[in-house]
Amino acid sequence: MRPFTYERPTDVAAAVKAVAATPGAKFLAGGTNLLDLMKLDIEQPTHLVDVNRLPLAGIEDTPQGGLRIGSMVTNSHLAADARVRSRYSVLTQAIVSGGSGQLRNKATAGGNLLQRTRCAYFYDPSKPCNKRHPGSGCSAMEGLNRNSAIFGASDACIATHPSDMAVALTALGAGVETMTADGATRSLAVADLHRLPGDTPHLETNLAAGELITAVILPPAPPGGQVYRKARDRASYAGGLASVAVVGNQVAFGAVAHKPWRAEKTEAALAGGASAVEAAHAELAGAQDNGKNGFKIALVARMTADALGQASPGRGA
Amino acid sequence: MSSVKDWAAPNPVTENRSGIIGKGVDRYEGKLKVTGTAAYAYEVEPPSAPAYGYLLAATIAKGRITAIDTAAAEASPGVKLVWTHLNVPRQARRGERINPRSQRPSNPALAGDRIEFFGQPVAFVAADTWENARAAANLIAVTYAAEPAVLDFRASLDQAEMPQGEEDVLIGDFEGAYAKAPAQIDETYFSPLQNHVQMEPCATTAWWEGDKVTVHTSIQMVKGGQHSLAETLAIPSEKVHLLTRYIGGGFGGKGQAYDDLVLAALGAQALGQPLKLSYTRQQMFQATIHRPAVSMRVRLGAEPDGRLNAFAVEAITHCARSAPFVEHAANFSRNLYAAPNRLTGHRLVKMDIPHAGPMRAPGEAPGMLSLECAMDELAEKLGIDPIELRLRNEPDVDPETGKPFSIRQLTECLNTGAQRFGWSRRNPKPGQVRDGRWLVGMGMAAAIRGNFLLPAKAGVRIDGTGIITLRQGMTDIGTGTYTILAQITAETMGVTMDQVKIELGDSEFPPAPGSGGQFGAATAGSAAFEANMNLRKALAELAIGDPNSPLYGGDPTYVTFGNGNIAIENRSESLATLVSRAAPEGVYVEGAISPAADARDYSQHTYGGHFAEVGVDTVTGEVRMRKMFGVFAAGRILNAKTAKSQVTGGMIWGVGAALTEGNVVDNRYGSFINQDMAGYLVPTHADIVDLDAIFLEEADDKANPMGIKGVGELGICGAGAAVANAIYNACGVRLRDFPMTPDKVLEGLMAKGL
Ligand SMILES: Cc1cc2nc3c(=O)[nH]c(=O)nc-3n(C[C@H](O)[C@H](O)[C@H](O)COP(=O)(O)OP(=O)(O)OC[C@H]3O[C@@H](n4cnc5c(N)ncnc54)[C@H](O)[C@@H]3O)c2cc1C
Ligand code: SF4
Repeated sequence: MRPFTYERPTDVAAAVKAVAATPGAKFLAGGTNLLDLMKLDIEQPTHLVDVNRLPLAGIEDTPQGGLRIGSMVTNSHLAADARVRSRYSVLTQAIVSGGSGQLRNKATAGGNLLQRTRCAYFYDPSKPCNKRHPGSGCSAMEGLNRNSAIFGASDACIATHPSDMAVALTALGAGVETMTADGATRSLAVADLHRLPGDTPHLETNLAAGELITAVILPPAPPGGQVYRKARDRASYAGGLASVAVVGNQVAFGAVAHKPWRAEKTEAALAGGASAVEAAHAELAGAQDNGKNGFKIALVARMTADALGQASPGRGA
Repeated sequence: MSSVKDWAAPNPVTENRSGIIGKGVDRYEGKLKVTGTAAYAYEVEPPSAPAYGYLLAATIAKGRITAIDTAAAEASPGVKLVWTHLNVPRQARRGERINPRSQRPSNPALAGDRIEFFGQPVAFVAADTWENARAAANLIAVTYAAEPAVLDFRASLDQAEMPQGEEDVLIGDFEGAYAKAPAQIDETYFSPLQNHVQMEPCATTAWWEGDKVTVHTSIQMVKGGQHSLAETLAIPSEKVHLLTRYIGGGFGGKGQAYDDLVLAALGAQALGQPLKLSYTRQQMFQATIHRPAVSMRVRLGAEPDGRLNAFAVEAITHCARSAPFVEHAANFSRNLYAAPNRLTGHRLVKMDIPHAGPMRAPGEAPGMLSLECAMDELAEKLGIDPIELRLRNEPDVDPETGKPFSIRQLTECLNTGAQRFGWSRRNPKPGQVRDGRWLVGMGMAAAIRGNFLLPAKAGVRIDGTGIITLRQGMTDIGTGTYTILAQITAETMGVTMDQVKIELGDSEFPPAPGSGGQFGAATAGSAAFEANMNLRKALAELAIGDPNSPLYGGDPTYVTFGNGNIAIENRSESLATLVSRAAPEGVYVEGAISPAADARDYSQHTYGGHFAEVGVDTVTGEVRMRKMFGVFAAGRILNAKTAKSQVTGGMIWGVGAALTEGNVVDNRYGSFINQDMAGYLVPTHADIVDLDAIFLEEADDKANPMGIKGVGELGICGAGAAVANAIYNACGVRLRDFPMTPDKVLEGLMAKGL
């Protein structure tokens, strides 16, 4: 088999150092994405640094009135946390709409953010894919691509980011805290964590090599209702055709771009007094249809208008 | 040969004195399965440490291998052998047979440089671990010369040909009657290619002792597998011992042997070491069979009162160029509704994709999705309730052959179902029932599926402790065969279930045809019944002839069995006492069943009615089930629990067909877009919600001695159409392209201004 080595440190700095020091090393969290991809020979780590014993599995109140979620908190725990359920219900709704109970029991906050695309061609090593083999071409472009991006796609890649949790975090204006290879701590917004594909779809995040997500930081919840709406082919255990997170007047879309998509034009329209339908269309006006995924544009517009109405029943349709 | 009349007499099963027949007895092998101790083919422990195999699959649809470089694979750690078409050991040529009465011809692996479909195995690696075998296989470099391939079914409909020997069935003057019909429906429905997606992939563990090979493999037909392997290896059938004790789902996809069987056997022989080989999940999609896509044109010409005068069901389907197979999607319609002028038939497109083959309810499953929607469309056009429309077209005799029905309770199924489901709550006008953002609707469909009996044998043995062991070369693919055979044995012999042992899935046991076509229970069960009846006779003779038995000298016609005893009136002894005394080595007999000579004089089917209630999300076009109810008539029911599991499982397949399931060929490569269970969506629990089914009282004395019929496929037939009709009733969107995914429903909603 393709050999790799394995270690399970208990110290955060040691874990970061271990990945930074070994070319081709990767963190292993719940493994629900990484191990699948290793079995298909798509991920080929030389060394696995298991982060499950790091002391990063707690959820704490922050002085600002938000929450600091350790990156190793499982999706199940996070969704069930009483504070999350009462103050950040959009996050609970988003998480429980993803995967299955078994997956959520293993999946972690850090791993969920960094899960890779579900593009079927990415999963099929017999096909060209710029994300797997930069420069080999994109099979999805002319292929069966009903689920591809309507925002921010490039000629190199039209894949979407499949996380539900990340869409809620984006709408909440959440951030991540990391430890970089030199042991320093840095913060960035979830909205800035992932990249658009451009010419380099194999580069998916703005994290440096060996950089570990240590926590997700939730700011205090803004006023207004919270709604997560996900459309999917079956009632459970299916990735989204599209999803919408609404937090007061903050809106993000899922499964429509290479990253969770903050709907800034919708937000601006709302701020300018637009109706829910108008506000939804403000963002969707910039969406691009590539032949087979056009339904997503109407779908997201309808879901957004509906979710905005549900979040703030007083708001005009 | 027997006559169906011989089956009318009462017998221990139809009398059911201890009430075991029909009871919802728990699974015979349930505990083994839920505790993980039932060893499936790949898990069977061989006599010594095994090697592990891995198959490499072709990545073009059609063409030739021009070069194949295995040097790196051979040098890879742990590798024991690497085979391609250039060095695979000699096998018989495809289609050859050497053994008399062989049921299957040779099916060689890696048989040449030709590639006939994407995913075809092109190389085999055996190594010390599975991981090493896989890693080595990925180092093999194959160069192909690709050739143009037919890959797009919808674009190739004009190439469809009449399948060999399958003329259309024409009765009366369809075209003339249709042209004159006051009400006409002419619609085409499409159902996609589907995969079986069994939980357990195809797998074999093989080892040799001298010139005899033992294979534990996952296959629905014991003899078929044994013969196929023997022919391929060109050895006598007796030199192949095939076992298949537990099977993690078959659904028709394991009715045949795949390359794991022959390569495991050949590899074990070459290495002098046991070998395990399985398909990967992706290879299950790409390199086994599938249900082909079907395009169905339905034309109905009716009188204003709903009576059908002209009836045409025409199917276009596809198969692999080298493996003819017809999905008989129009066949069911030949027996369903009365109409004097009829046209039914099939056309076939030959394609360069993996082999099409049988999948649970072949024919009916895709076929009924069309006619049962067309009937709904006709009902609406005429303003007649869809149940009433079907009742008005209920035939007295088989509409095509004029033969009498053995028994036909379709009307009762529909009427009972309507009442139990609450059909009267349905508003016939679509789009009227709102529940928040949901539009709610109801639909129904009829179900029909043929019933069959094939020749089979069984052996039964009683030992000195009174334990009765039934042995049969039958399979249980998860349907409950072990359990019903135990019930039949216990009831016939008058013993409790814990005195019965069932041993299946072994080519050295008396043969049964296996699981398929919903003939399993009737066929294997009837042979088991006959074997037990013979054991009763043997034990009666034993007792009567034994001076030490209280039954000594009695009249054999008065012998009864019950409570573990053999008796003549109040003279009795336990079976254990009798056998341990009079035949301490035990008593073994066999029994056999074969179709009655006059069985074909009757039109014999199982029937049902499906009722579905769905919600359509008016924002997203998502369809969610709210309720589903089925009523079925399928002869005597042997086990309330396993039978219900079969029909409700079938109904769930119907939900999948209607809403989520399907695969699509990527026309550039010839591969399927969905290659795992995250992409190929079968319904989950959350998709089903409220599901129930009942069986009507029935015994079909033309079917077999016990009056039982098959239930394994009936539940699917029509189920998806009931869901599609409910979608229409909910929101007024009539889709004819399965599955009805949110994008399609949404388009329909928007077209209606919703
Ligand atoms: C069948 C199926 C269906 C699914 N459906 C959904 C769905 O509907 N919605 C949804 O949102 N998700 C879905 N998922 C994805 C699932 O949510 C992810 O697999 C999971 O969240 C990944 O978390 P993990 O902890 O297991 O990550 P891992 O697999 O352990 O890691 C994923 C990646 O993140 C890296 N990583 C992990 N932790 C850190 C860290 N702290 N810092 C830096 N890097 C890190 C790893 O190196 C790896 O590259 C589905 C998955 C499957 C298999
Ligand atoms: S869309 Fe992206 S991930 Fe999918 S095949 Fe193209 S490059 Fe690969």
